[in-house]
Amino acid sequence: MKVKVLLLIAAALFAAAGAAHAQKRGGELKFGVSAEPPNYDCHANSSFAFVHPVRPHYSTLLEFDPANYPKVRGDLAQSWTVSKDGLTYTFKLKQNVKFHDGSAFSSADVKASYDRIRNPPQGVVSLRKAAYADIESIDTPDANTVVFKLKAPNAAMLSLLASPWDCIYSAAKLKADPKFPEKNILGTGPFTFVEHAAGSHWVGKRFDGFYEKGKPYLDGYRAIFIRNTAARVNALQAGEVLAEFRGHSPADRDKLVQALGNKIEVHEMPWVCSLVVTFNTEKKPFDDAKVRRALSLAIDRWGGAQALSKIALVRHVGGVLRPGYELAASNAELEKYPGFSKDVKKSRAEAQKLLKEAGVANLKFKLTNRNVPMPYTPVGVFLIDQWRQIGLTVEHEQLDTKLYQAALRAGNYEAGLDFNCDFMDEPNLQLLKYISADKSTINYGRYQDRTLDELFEKQIRATSTAERKKLLRAFEDRALEQAYTIPTVWWHRIIVTWKQLKGWHMSPSHYLNQDLTEVWLDQ
Amino acid sequence: MVYHPMLRYIVNRLLLMIPTLAGVAVLVFILLRMMPGDIVELKLLAEGGGVDAATIAMERARLGLDKSLWGQFWDWMGGLLRGDLGISMWTGRPVIDEIASRLELSLQVALMATVLATLIAIPLGTISAIFKDTWIDQTIRLFAIAGLAVPSFWLGMIIILTLLLTFNWIPPLTYVPIYEDPWHNLSQLIWPALAVGYRYSAVATRMTRSTILEVMQEDYIRTARAKGIRERIVVARHAMRNAMLPVITVIGLEFAFLIGGLVVTEQVFNLNGLGKLFVETVTRGDFTMVQALVMLIAGFFIFVNFVVDLLYAAFDPRVRYR
Repeated sequence: MKVKVLLLIAAALFAAAGAAHAQKRGGELKFGVSAEPPNYDCHANSSFAFVHPVRPHYSTLLEFDPANYPKVRGDLAQSWTVSKDGLTYTFKLKQNVKFHDGSAFSSADVKASYDRIRNPPQGVVSLRKAAYADIESIDTPDANTVVFKLKAPNAAMLSLLASPWDCIYSAAKLKADPKFPEKNILGTGPFTFVEHAAGSHWVGKRFDGFYEKGKPYLDGYRAIFIRNTAARVNALQAGEVLAEFRGHSPADRDKLVQALGNKIEVHEMPWVCSLVVTFNTEKKPFDDAKVRRALSLAIDRWGGAQALSKIALVRHVGGVLRPGYELAASNAELEKYPGFSKDVKKSRAEAQKLLKEAGVANLKFKLTNRNVPMPYTPVGVFLIDQWRQIGLTVEHEQLDTKLYQAALRAGNYEAGLDFNCDFMDEPNLQLLKYISADKSTINYGRYQDRTLDELFEKQIRATSTAERKKLLRAFEDRALEQAYTIPTVWWHRIIVTWKQLKGWHMSPSHYLNQDLTEVWLDQ
Repeated sequence: MVYHPMLRYIVNRLLLMIPTLAGVAVLVFILLRMMPGDIVELKLLAEGGGVDAATIAMERARLGLDKSLWGQFWDWMGGLLRGDLGISMWTGRPVIDEIASRLELSLQVALMATVLATLIAIPLGTISAIFKDTWIDQTIRLFAIAGLAVPSFWLGMIIILTLLLTFNWIPPLTYVPIYEDPWHNLSQLIWPALAVGYRYSAVATRMTRSTILEVMQEDYIRTARAKGIRERIVVARHAMRNAMLPVITVIGLEFAFLIGGLVVTEQVFNLNGLGKLFVETVTRGDFTMVQALVMLIAGFFIFVNFVVDLLYAAFDPRVRYR
């Protein structure tokens, strides 16, 4: 009898605990964003400044499972199958989905949206045309089915279709005006558009007709544009905003922890962002692989990452792929590459030998960098110091972003500190920085290397993870040996949120998990 | 024909604004085109996005950047004459809408700072002059020098930090017009107005003090005293009125500067004002927006100068314009 009573009490306690963690409906989430979107079109944007305020209005065909990155799950897709030859992807769509104006969603909307991305009409900007070059056709046998047919197998296709930028638009609106999404918001996402006060804030409200019953939990959200870093940190400290979803520096994190203690939660993980040095191979002596490799050998990446992690949002040493990613090189594999050995003395001696052989032992050059304090300035200073230690003189040229981009694109630089950020770990994306300039619009090294191009192409078509890994190691080996573009350090993402913000999941990308469907406020 | 001298003066000054503004328009057009960098590349490649040359060319054509400089200039001047300030190259929204949404806030901060500064400066400057070389004078002068030495944005940061650390509170982050929610509005804007107004009042206090001291040496002041007029009346009715002319100039010019000049203060307080907009648009190379902002601010300066000159005539009957 006593045991029964005890069991009943225990059960009641468990139930109460469970109820305490059940999602609560209501409240408006306020969060800070450090920049503002220039327009409203997902397909034409590439910045977090767009994703954070705008993404909650839209759905995508697939999405990354917020709690289980990098697992992909359906957003508008209910289920899917992939043919054995990897050329046909058939998606069954969720039913009873509506746009915010009440019109019904169907497969035609998916087709229209993807056709717009891969073959944009005249006057429409689509930044991801090249990502879907493998799609041969998109068919809609019925209102709830969409079929993607590929020209060749693509190992990344499902991940690409989970891109947060692939917002699904209304086919009817696109037919009437292909540029409709530039100035209008009409999606099937969890929140409807309320207001955009230019320079000030963006407001969304719960969409009561959302296809996931009971969601979203929030009544709405307000993204407040706060450009100044100190102002953002102050706003977080005062509780005026409950989060800022891009990332904080270690110093800001420490300040908030000291001020707020257990009122906040700190989320940290490696970031799908790295800083790379690109050499202008059209300028001597950077056309010489020995010189480029020497400059890579001189960098103590392991020691530097540790030291820089105290003052900047970088921490990790990795090759062409994010350390920790399934397909990335392990530390043991990395240490075999030039510039990644832990025996820095030996590496630097080799560097000096190579420079002497190339006839540029006392090389002087300019490192072109962005004038953005975090993390560009500290990493730039670090690199210059590393090269100083092998007798080189490097001038640090820090330019405004507009001028910096112009310099890199026009080839008006010698060595540039470039960044490589993506929405997911995917070699098809990260390796674009390393393949030939005539095949990649984001490679500013102005070189051609067909070996790298072939390896890149082969890994896209790989049919197994093991095969792909092998090809990626071969790619990395070649890329780091030739050193046209060399990875330096990978970023570390630090997000501070107030404890009452629940349901948001950290990911290695600041572009993911921002639809706020599952976010709720415990207050 | 305009016969009345004052009216003629006003018309002449208004007509003179036209070539001045035209000169500003040409200068800002040329200077902007000399700046390196490309707004299209910045917009499309913001975070490393890949975009082909054809897309960049298409966007440049859409923004009229593929036209010759003369073509762009005539488009700009033609629009100005029609009162059309154009479309922002960054957002695609009408420039007038972008400016209007920020002008209200900037004007209010400028007005509040001006009122605060005037209410502080004129009494303090006068008292300082009357009690010259006493501890009262020294204290007020110290207050004024501190105001000149302390940058207003730094004072703003101290205000924010004091509020945060003492009350765990910061001013509201978004603007609501005073007629919609006076409490929200004033609780946001009183702090930047204080930070800016302090420096502003320091300039005006010192100017008031020195002009009153100068005027107090005049013969008509000695005559007024000799006639037995009380000192309070001598100062208020005779000295102050004549001493106000340079003070009006300073207050006027400072007010004009506050429209669009509070770049850093706006960042500190997260104010969505014209100063912040100015910096953002220059950084982006948004030609249409920068041109419009420069014209607006130049026009404002010219207009404020004009009003100050008219006030001269109102304060000093000896001043007559021909």
